[in-house]
Amino acid sequence: MTTSLWPEIEPLLPGVEKPGRYIGMERGMQRPRHELGLVRWLLVYPDSYEVGLPNQGLQILYEIVNERDDALAERAYAPWGDMEAALRGRGLPLFSLENHVAASEFDVIAFNLAAELTYTNVVNCIDLAGVPVRAADRTADQPLVFAGGHCAFNPEPMADFVDAFAMGDGEELAGEITDVVRRWTAAGRRHREEVLHELATVPGVYVPSMYDVSYDGPFQRLTPRYADVPAVVDKRTVADLAAWPYPKQQLVPLVEVVHDRLNVEIFRGCTRGCRFCQAGMITRPVRERPYEQVRSMVQGGLARSGYDDVSLTSLSSADFSGIDGLVADLVNEQSGCGNVALSLPSLRVDAFTVGIAADIQKVRRTGLTFAPEAGTWRMRQVINKLITEEDLYAAADAAYSAGWRRVKLYFLTGLPTEMDVDTLGIAELARNVVEIGQKHTRKAACTASVGGFVPKPHTPFQWFGQNGIDELHRKIFLIKDALKGTRAEVRWHDPPATYAEGIASRGDRRVGAVIERVWRQGGVFQEWSEHFALGPWLDAMAAEGLDPEWYVTRHREHDEPLPWDHISAGLHRDFLWMDWQAALAEHGLPDCRWTPCYDCGVCTDYALEHVVASAVPPAGGSQGTGQDLARGGDVPVAILPTRKRAVAR
Amino acid sequence: MKGERGVPVRLRFTKRGRVRFISHRDVARAFERAFRIARAPLAFTEGFNPHPRISFGLALPTGTESDAEYLDVELTEETDLDRFAADVTEALPEGMGVTGVEFLAARAASLQQGVTSISYHVEAFFSDDGAWSPSDVEAWVQDVLAADALVVSLRRKGREVTDDLRPAISALEVEGPEAGSPPANPPSHDATAIDTRATCVNVKLELSTQPRNVRPEEVLALVGPGCLSARKVLRIEQWIERDGSRLTPLEADTRPRAGIGAR
Repeated sequence: MTTSLWPEIEPLLPGVEKPGRYIGMERGMQRPRHELGLVRWLLVYPDSYEVGLPNQGLQILYEIVNERDDALAERAYAPWGDMEAALRGRGLPLFSLENHVAASEFDVIAFNLAAELTYTNVVNCIDLAGVPVRAADRTADQPLVFAGGHCAFNPEPMADFVDAFAMGDGEELAGEITDVVRRWTAAGRRHREEVLHELATVPGVYVPSMYDVSYDGPFQRLTPRYADVPAVVDKRTVADLAAWPYPKQQLVPLVEVVHDRLNVEIFRGCTRGCRFCQAGMITRPVRERPYEQVRSMVQGGLARSGYDDVSLTSLSSADFSGIDGLVADLVNEQSGCGNVALSLPSLRVDAFTVGIAADIQKVRRTGLTFAPEAGTWRMRQVINKLITEEDLYAAADAAYSAGWRRVKLYFLTGLPTEMDVDTLGIAELARNVVEIGQKHTRKAACTASVGGFVPKPHTPFQWFGQNGIDELHRKIFLIKDALKGTRAEVRWHDPPATYAEGIASRGDRRVGAVIERVWRQGGVFQEWSEHFALGPWLDAMAAEGLDPEWYVTRHREHDEPLPWDHISAGLHRDFLWMDWQAALAEHGLPDCRWTPCYDCGVCTDYALEHVVASAVPPAGGSQGTGQDLARGGDVPVAILPTRKRAVAR
Repeated sequence: MKGERGVPVRLRFTKRGRVRFISHRDVARAFERAFRIARAPLAFTEGFNPHPRISFGLALPTGTESDAEYLDVELTEETDLDRFAADVTEALPEGMGVTGVEFLAARAASLQQGVTSISYHVEAFFSDDGAWSPSDVEAWVQDVLAADALVVSLRRKGREVTDDLRPAISALEVEGPEAGSPPANPPSHDATAIDTRATCVNVKLELSTQPRNVRPEEVLALVGPGCLSARKVLRIEQWIERDGSRLTPLEADTRPRAGIGAR
C-alpha cells in the first residue's frame, strides 16, 4: 500500500552534505508497518536534522502514538538546501526517515513550532510534501496539517497553513486527535469540514477555519462558526508527569546533533515568574517527576543508549526538590563502564548551584553558563529575575575557584524601562566577574551573550513595544565599547533577525501572507544567520500593506484586543496586566511554589496543583523566594515612552 | 584501571548498506556507544578528560561500503573475544558488525602505519554520451597495466601537483560489461535503483595506501572525465605487506588466544 522512496533517494545521497541525516537508523527508531486502518502521523521538526532530532516533545509523541494499536508515527526534518534541490530536481517529496514514505501518504502531518523563525520552513515542508500550503485549498484525501509547541500559543500567523493547533502538553491530546481522525477515516473521509469541526470540539484543539475573522479597525476579531466550537481554547496540561515516563527509548542519532546526550525531564513548568519568559508562563504549574523515576530513567537510558552524558532538563533544574541528593546519588551510582558526565541546563545563579555543578562536572569542565538577564538590580526587579549582584559574584567566585576558566553570562537588552545605566550594567557585571576570576587564574575570561528582547504572547510583557533595530544596535555597541580591552567578550544576536521574530511573535492572521511571501522569495532556514535577510520580510509587509512598526515596536493598550485572546494558557489577563504594572513599578513577585498563591489563574481554573516534593525553597537560592525583595527599591520609576504610531489599515 | 597499559585487541568490522552514509567520525562515535552498551571493559587514558584508547585505520570515505574495516582498542582484562564481538555487534547499527577479533601483540604497528594496500570492488557505469564504449574496457585495462607511469595532477593545499598513479595500482580487473542487468551480487542488501539503460561493469582493484591512500575513483577517472562513474565502492580487504608476506591486519601482529575462545 505504501511505497518506499528509498531506491530513488539513495542515489541522491552521495551528492549531498551529511547524507547520514536522511537515513534514519537511530537507536530507538521504530519501523512501523503501514497496516490498513491505522492513523498515520508524520511528526516534523521544521529545522535541520541536527537541530530537530533532540527535540524531546517530538520524541515523546513518537513513542506515545506508536504504542497505540490504531496508529503509527514516523519522523521528518527540514531537508537542507542541497537535499531539497535534489528532491525537487527529481520531483521527489518530503519523506519519512523510518520507511522513506512520501509525506502526503500520512493522515496527519504534525509540526513542532519551537521558534517563530522556523515558520517559513513549515510552509516549505508542506509544499515539499506536495500538499497545498494553504489549509483552505486542501481536499479530503490530503493530510491534516497540525502544529503544536510553544509558538502555537499565538497560532494566528500560521493559521492560514495549519488545519489544527494542539495547545499545551500533547501526551493525552495525541490519542484524542487519533480517535477523531480514525473515526473520520473509517466513515469514508468525505468532507474535510467534518473532521475539522469535530477536532475543534476536542479540548485543547484550535481549528482556525472554524472561526470567522473580522477586523475592528486594525484589530482582529474571531467568532466561532458553530455553537460547539469554543470561543476560547484552553491549553491541555498533564497533571502528573509520573504517569508519562517518556521518552522511554530516546533516539540515539548516528550523526552528530545538538544536545547529543541523554535528556531526562525532571520537571515541567516553572513559577519563578520571570516576566519575559513565555515558557515559564505557559507551562504552569510545576510538576516534578518523582525522584525514583528520574533515577531509573537515567540509569536505564544510559544503559540502553550508550551515551556517557546526561542532562537533567527543565526550565530551572537546580530548583528540583532535593537536587543535591539526586546529583550525589547519580554521580555515585555511575558504573565502571566509562565516565558519565551530568549536566544541568538553566543553572540558577548562586554559589549553591555552582557547588552542585562542581560535583557533577568532575569529569569535564566546559564553560559554566549563568543567566542574570539584566545588568542592574532595578532592571532585574522589572523582569522579576531577582538575582542580586552578590549572588552572581558568589557564583562566579565559586565557579572560578572550582576550576572553570570561562563563565558565560546571558543577558537581554531592549527590556521594558531599560535605560543606558541598565544596559551599561551588563558591561559592569561582566567586568566584575572577570575581575573575580582573575583572583583565581590569570586566564579567567567571561562571555556576555546579549540577545535583543522579543515580547511574547501570554506574558506580562505582551503589551510592551519591542526596541527597534537601531536602538538594539546602539545598546549592543554601548556594551561592546564599555568592554573594550577587557577579557570579557561580547556576543550578540543580530537585531534584524530579532525584528523579524517580533513580526511573527505577536502577529495576527494577516502576517500569514507575509510568511508565505518570504517563503516564496526563498527565505527558508531563517534561524540560520547565513540564510537570514530582513529585506524580504519588510518587502512582504509592504506588499501586504502592513506596518511592521505597528506589530513590533508599538506599545499595546490595556484594553486592545490581542491576536491570541482566543487561546488560554490559564493565565488571567487581569493577572498578566497586574504583573505588567508591577514590573513598571519595579516590584518583584515571589515564586508561588513556596509562598502563598497569588492566583495567576492556572491552578484555580484547571483544578491543578503544583507537584513538588519539597515545601521549602532550595538552599541558597534567593531569587524569587521573597528574601531580598526590598533591595534596590530606591531607583526612581522610569516612565515608559509612549509613542502613538500610525495604525495599519 | 585508568591509565594502565591494557590488553589491546584488533577488530574487523563491516559497514554495509544505508549506514555507509555516516562519516568516519560518526563510526567512531557509534563504536564508543556500542562498547558502553556492551559493557566492554575498556581501558581509559589518564588525565582530566579520560577517553577510551581506540584507534582506527584509514578513514573510510562517507558513502563507501566495507567488509574489512579495522580498529584497535585496549581492554582492561583478557576477555572472551567471541562473546565480546557478539555483544558489540548487537549494539552497533544495522549494517555494522564485528566479523573478527584477535589479541594484538605487544608493540604492534598501528593500522595507519601498518596497512600498505586495500582491495576494492567497484560497481561502475558508463555515461551514455558515446564518447567511450564499453567494448574498450579490456584494452583500457591492458593499457593501464602496461603503462610505465600514469601521471595525474591533483590539488594539494591549493597547489597543483603531479602524482604517478601507476605504482599504486597493484591489481586491476574488469568484469562485464553487462548491458542493462544489475550485478549478480549487489554490494549492498539495500534495494538499489538500477538505471537499466546504463551499462555496468564490476571493477576489482588493489591500491596502495602508502605514501598516500589512492582512491578507486582516481583510477576510474583515468578513463576520461565523467566516462566511468562509481555507483558503489566496497572495500574488500586491507593488506599489510611485510618481509615478502601479505597478511590481513588480523593475521599480522596478533597473538594466539589462550584457553576458552581460542580458534
